[in-house]
Amino acid sequence: MVRMTGAKALIESLKKEGVRVVFGLPGGAILPVYDALYDETELRHILVRHEQCAAHMADGYARASGRVGVCMATSGPGATNLTTGVATAYMDSSPIVAITGQVPTIMIGRDAFQEADIVGIMTPITKHCFQPRDAKEIPRIVKEAFYIASTGRPGPVLIDLPRDVQQMEADIEFPEDVKLLGYNPKLEPHPLQIKKAAKLLVEAEKPFILAGGGVRLSGAYMELVALAELLQAPIGTTLMGKGVVPEDHPLCVGGVGMHGGVANKIICEADVILAIGVRFSDRTTGRFDSFCPEAKIIHIDIDSAEINKNIRAHIPIVADARRALKALYDEIINFVAKSNLNKTGWIKRVNEVKESARIYLECEGGRLSAPGIIREMRKLMPRESILVTEVGQNQMWAYLHFQVLMPGGYITSGGLGTMGFGFPASLGAKIARPDIPVVDLAGDGSFLMTEQDLATSIVEDIPVTVVILNNGVLGMVAQWQRLFYHRRYSQVHLGRIPDFVKLAEAYGAEGVKVENIDDFREAFAKALKNDVTTVIDVPIDPEEDVLPMIPPGGSLRDMMWRGRVS
Amino acid sequence: MNETNEHIIAAIVEHKPGVLFKITNLIRRRGFNISSISVGSTENPSLARITMTVTGDEATIEQVIKQLQKIIEVVKISRLNPSESVIRELLLIKVHVADSRARSDILIYTQIFRGRIIDVAPDSMIIEVTGGSNKINAFIELMKQYGVKEIARTGITALARGEKSLK
Repeated sequence: MVRMTGAKALIESLKKEGVRVVFGLPGGAILPVYDALYDETELRHILVRHEQCAAHMADGYARASGRVGVCMATSGPGATNLTTGVATAYMDSSPIVAITGQVPTIMIGRDAFQEADIVGIMTPITKHCFQPRDAKEIPRIVKEAFYIASTGRPGPVLIDLPRDVQQMEADIEFPEDVKLLGYNPKLEPHPLQIKKAAKLLVEAEKPFILAGGGVRLSGAYMELVALAELLQAPIGTTLMGKGVVPEDHPLCVGGVGMHGGVANKIICEADVILAIGVRFSDRTTGRFDSFCPEAKIIHIDIDSAEINKNIRAHIPIVADARRALKALYDEIINFVAKSNLNKTGWIKRVNEVKESARIYLECEGGRLSAPGIIREMRKLMPRESILVTEVGQNQMWAYLHFQVLMPGGYITSGGLGTMGFGFPASLGAKIARPDIPVVDLAGDGSFLMTEQDLATSIVEDIPVTVVILNNGVLGMVAQWQRLFYHRRYSQVHLGRIPDFVKLAEAYGAEGVKVENIDDFREAFAKALKNDVTTVIDVPIDPEEDVLPMIPPGGSLRDMMWRGRVS
Repeated sequence: MNETNEHIIAAIVEHKPGVLFKITNLIRRRGFNISSISVGSTENPSLARITMTVTGDEATIEQVIKQLQKIIEVVKISRLNPSESVIRELLLIKVHVADSRARSDILIYTQIFRGRIIDVAPDSMIIEVTGGSNKINAFIELMKQYGVKEIARTGITALARGEKSLK
């Protein structure tokens, strides 16, 4: 037992959880914690310029490192500014712990200065919220928060700390274990379900593996590829699953969904779909009722609530993806006749479809087209590198055209679709992986939402490369208006300002504007090696669509390969 | 399979501030319908029992249970099969009493329903009735002819019969 303040207990507890970096911005109600940080040598604090960025950075850090990301803000507006980042992490099952200051206990409920009911606000967008009323509770709460955030289906956890609890001195004890009555994630698959699934997969004529973010979260990369090779099954990924198999693997068919490519065609022909760590988002499936109606579906997920939520599973398996994949592999190897595993006809068909669509996915040479730039980026970036995207056309072009070759090499806001996520997330990712290049692929619309944290990138010395596909419009909205609203461009023109080169330079970053693909190649190669953040402004055609796409309300069969002229 | 029905869900939850908010907020956010909810303490002071009546088809009920299960403070949750459970609700009803004829009629009905008169005023009475929802509804219907001034219902609470228990 040690006598210390709640604030000190928080810092010590964080260190015991292995935290090395905290992203945050101080304010009145969290002053005691920042005072305790003042003497701290082991914890690095990254001062952001907007709390939303602190949450996105923690998220980017978590996704790139596989560890829990930590962000911190004061009460009221500081806390509410975190919410977009917390909601983003929640939708994509990213483990972060958000720590907020709160007005003193005695003031709670009195509409005090900078008071917000952040527990009430955050409850629907977190796995759990804590609000300790005694400093003694802090070590246990921090331990539970990290345990809840990082186990089962990961997600954000909030710790809301009233200021008096931070200041309160108490005899502090640090617990070794976590005991939670109502939380016990089920990891092992049920053997009977594995048997049934193995049988179905071996008997399948045309098996298809749909891999989602759960594969990344459980680190089941090897197990996934081993099973796919054994079954000779093509692997398609969801947006969150992109990169769980190196995309140059011969069995990888790319992304499924609204902006999927050939994988959409192939999944429609499958007779058995093995879906792992996916939640069957509407952006992946298209219309729920017409998603592969003839196929039998095996659904592996650690969150039992995902089973039968959107798509009915024929064989549900509630388990950790890695353990389930390993169990399936072992079951097939040991107990099932291997004679049925020779599916040359199916693989031939898969390769035919891949080939037939290739011309649509190849970009035309010469002018600066978004797919062309993205393909150049791929060539210049090493296998080991991280591409972070913003949200909109840039994200979907990357989904279609950027081959991810490293697990976790693609970080994107999938579920919530948060514009402004990419840049701060890339800073968080770079903190986690200073050894490899981190690139934020942005649009001019998205980048402006969080560009103020260029300051953080310079002051804290976190060099990343930002490539702005600058079309002067909110591109995805404009595309929908072009395709589905008779070119009635309502409120999408951004006026081609600011001058991104000057903007970058104003912060002390480097800015380059390129006019052709050769300039881009040169600027990008230089930026990857630069020890300061570089912003590359790439003007592109505002009329360029992300294609193919599934029109809203359509099914995976309704792919549009060419733009509709309306 | 798609039949919409009332289902009874019982949960044992940690007795902590904000738990009821979490449960009702989740039900609201996922668009589920609850027609009643009752909360009370259990034999263990750190746990509380919540009983809910939820309207929906099989798939909806499955989702309600799975989503509620994810709340950290929800220790146990299950669906109660009405035919294998004891289901009770408490009704307090204040009825207008116009004259002595009405008073004696109400007294007889109360006896038939095994209720109790718990308050008498010159022109009204409060009656307590417990039972399943059908019985409670029937009693309210009967009282309407005299003029119902106020009703308070607890919502149902229930236990599985015999050996089964939520613990």
